[in-house]
Amino acid sequence: MAEERKLRILVAKPGLDGHDRGAKVVARSLRDAGMEVIYTGLHQTPEMIVATAIQEDVDAVGLSIMSGAHNVLFPAVVKGLREQGADDVVVFGGGIIPDDDIPRLAEAGVSQVFTPGTPTGQIIEWVRQNVRPRG
Amino acid sequence: MSRLFDADALQEIIASREQWTREELERVLARAPERLPRFSTISDLEIPRLRTPANTPDLDYLRDLGLPGQYPYTRGVYPSMYRGRLWTMRQFAGFGTPADTNRRYRYLLEQGQTGLSVAFHYPTLMGYDSDHPRSLGEVGRCGVAVDSLRDMEVIFDGIPLDQVTTSMTINGPAGILLAMYIVVAEKQGVSSDKIGGTIQNDILKEYIAQKSWIFPPRPSMRIITDILAYCTEHVPRWNTISISGYHIREAGSTAVQELAFTLADGIGYVQAGIDAGLDVDAFAPRLSFFFNAHSDFFEEIAKYRAARRLWARVMKERFGASKPESWKLRFHTQTAGCSLTAQQPVNNVVRTALQALGAVLGGTQSLHTNSMDETLALPTEEAVTVALRTQQIIAEESGVAHTIDPLGGSYFVEWLTDKMEADARRYLDKIDELGGIIRAIELGFPQKEISDAAYHYQRQLERQEKVVVGVNKYVMEEELPIPILKIDEEVERRQVAALQQLRQQRDNEEVKRQLRLVEEAARDGGNLMERFVDAVRVYCTLGEIIGVLREVFGEYQDPAML
Repeated sequence: MAEERKLRILVAKPGLDGHDRGAKVVARSLRDAGMEVIYTGLHQTPEMIVATAIQEDVDAVGLSIMSGAHNVLFPAVVKGLREQGADDVVVFGGGIIPDDDIPRLAEAGVSQVFTPGTPTGQIIEWVRQNVRPRG
Repeated sequence: MSRLFDADALQEIIASREQWTREELERVLARAPERLPRFSTISDLEIPRLRTPANTPDLDYLRDLGLPGQYPYTRGVYPSMYRGRLWTMRQFAGFGTPADTNRRYRYLLEQGQTGLSVAFHYPTLMGYDSDHPRSLGEVGRCGVAVDSLRDMEVIFDGIPLDQVTTSMTINGPAGILLAMYIVVAEKQGVSSDKIGGTIQNDILKEYIAQKSWIFPPRPSMRIITDILAYCTEHVPRWNTISISGYHIREAGSTAVQELAFTLADGIGYVQAGIDAGLDVDAFAPRLSFFFNAHSDFFEEIAKYRAARRLWARVMKERFGASKPESWKLRFHTQTAGCSLTAQQPVNNVVRTALQALGAVLGGTQSLHTNSMDETLALPTEEAVTVALRTQQIIAEESGVAHTIDPLGGSYFVEWLTDKMEADARRYLDKIDELGGIIRAIELGFPQKEISDAAYHYQRQLERQEKVVVGVNKYVMEEELPIPILKIDEEVERRQVAALQQLRQQRDNEEVKRQLRLVEEAARDGGNLMERFVDAVRVYCTLGEIIGVLREVFGEYQDPAML
C-alpha cells in the first residue's frame, strides 16, 4: 500500500495585527507532527493568502487573527479560494474570536475555529481527521 | 565598603546549613519527597529550595542597593516612592470612533483614573487611513480610529491637557500622533512646554515582537532621533520613547529575555542619539520604560529591581551620563494579557491582582491592569472598572504602599535580582558581539530566542509541567458566559464618511504644499517633527503623511522565520 503523501498546510496571518505567537506555535506543532508547513508571515491580504495557497498547492489553510477583523477577512479567503477553483482546500482558523461569531464563520465556509487555550494536540488531531491530501 | 555579611558570619552560616541538610532536611525528604522533581519559574528558571546570606556573599549595600532615589536605584527611583505619590493608574483604552473613546475617557477620569492611555486601531498603527483597502474590517476594532487632527480633537474634547498626562501606544507613526496632540493642546490654549505624556515610539521592539512596523530600521531610527531633538527643545516634559518589554514578553519571551532585549533596545536608542550629535544628558532623562507584569511573582519583582540597577550602570559606565536623571529607569507596567484565559474568565481578576501587586512591589511608576474579558474582546465598562478598582484596593487597602521596597533584603529576592542582572548581561554581551541590536534584529536573533521560548512553554503546558488553572487543570465543562463589548459594524462606515467629508472641506492646496515639505525633509535630512506639526495642523491625514514617507524610506520586510 502506497503511503499517503504528507499533508501540506499553509499557516497564514491575515489583517494588520502583529500577534504571531499563536500562529508560529501552531505552525511548529503541525510541522513536528509530520506535516509540511508553510508560514506566510504577517500582514497578509486575503488575495495574498489565496495566491500562496494555490502556488504552494496546500491541502488546508489555517488563519490566525487577533484584531477582530475575522468576520471580514476569513470569509474573503474562503471566497477567494472558491473563485480560483480551490474550494476543496480546507480553511480553519483561530484567535480572539467571540463565540457568537463562530456560526457566522461556519456558514461562510470556515470548517473549524479554535479559541484561546486550545491545546496544539487538539488542532493536530482535528487536521488529521478533517484534511486529506488533494488529488 | 558596606558589605552586608562578614566572612566569619558566612562561614558559620554555611557550616550550620550543612549540618541542617544532613540532620534535618535529608531525614524529612527521605520520608516525604518534595512535590516536584524540579522547581522553576514560569520562564523555566530553576528556583532553589532556600537562599541564605551565603548565596549573595558579596552583596554590598550601598554599591548594589543604595537608598531610594540613589544610584543604582535598586530600591526605587524616588526618595519617598508611594508615600509621596501613588503610581499613576493608567488604563489603556480606545475603541470605535473618536466620540466612543472620548466617552470612555471621561468615564475613567470620573472613576478616579489619573492618566490617559490611547489605544489606536490597527490602520493607525500601520499608517493607513480608514478608507484604505487594507483597513477593511479593522476600523475601530482594536483601538480608536485616528485619521487626522479632527479625530484627536474629538478624543480629547473637554479633557484639559494641562491637567492630565497621556500615553499613546504608537510607534511607526509616533511623531505624527504627537504632532496632533501638540496642536490639540495649542487649540486649548496649552503650550507644548506644558503638556506631559508618553509616546511609545519604540520601533526596535516592533521588529522583535509586536510587529507593527512601517519603515526599515535605519530610517525609523532617524525619525526617532528627529523626535528626540524636537522634544528636547519644544516638549520638555514629554517621554519621547517608552522602551518596551511588554510585547516581547507577550510574544513568549522569558523574563530575562524581556529584561535583556528591552535594555538592548534602550542602548540602541541612546547610541543613535549620541551618533546624531545629541548630548546624552539632554535626552536620556526623557526615556522611560514599559514592562510586563507576569504571573511568577518573585521573578517579576526581581526583574524590575534588576532593570533599574542594570540601566543605571549602563548609563553611567557605558555612556558616561553624568546627570542622575539620565541614570533612572522609570517604568510603566501592564499586567500580562497572555496569562489570561478564555476559560473561567472571572479567575482573570485574581491573576491580574497578583500581577499588579508584583508591579507595585517592584516599584512601578504607572500601571495598567487588564480586564477579565480581554481574551474575548476589548473590555466592557464593568470589566474595566473592576480592573481599576483592583489597583485602588492595592493602593489604599493592602498597606503595601506604606513603605519602600519591602522585599529588599530578602535573601531570595536579592539573589534572584543578582541572577536576573547577570543573565541579562550575558544577552547584552552577545548582542554587542553580533554588532548591536539593529544588526541582531536583522539576523533574527532576538526573534528566534523568543519564538523558541514560546514553543518551549507551550510544550511544558501540554505536558502539564506548567499549570494554567481552568485550562490544563481544574477544567470545568459548564461555564457561565460573561458579557463582552461588541464594536458596531456601523463604526467603519461612519469613520470613512467623516474622513471623506474632511478631505472635501480642508484647504487641499495647503495640504499638498505641506506634504511636499514633508517629502523634502525626509530626503534632505531636515527635522521631520517640525514638518509633521505643520502638516497635521492643516489636516493632512496620517495615511497621506506616511504615504509620502513610504515613498522615500521604503517598507520593512520581515524574515518570517518559524
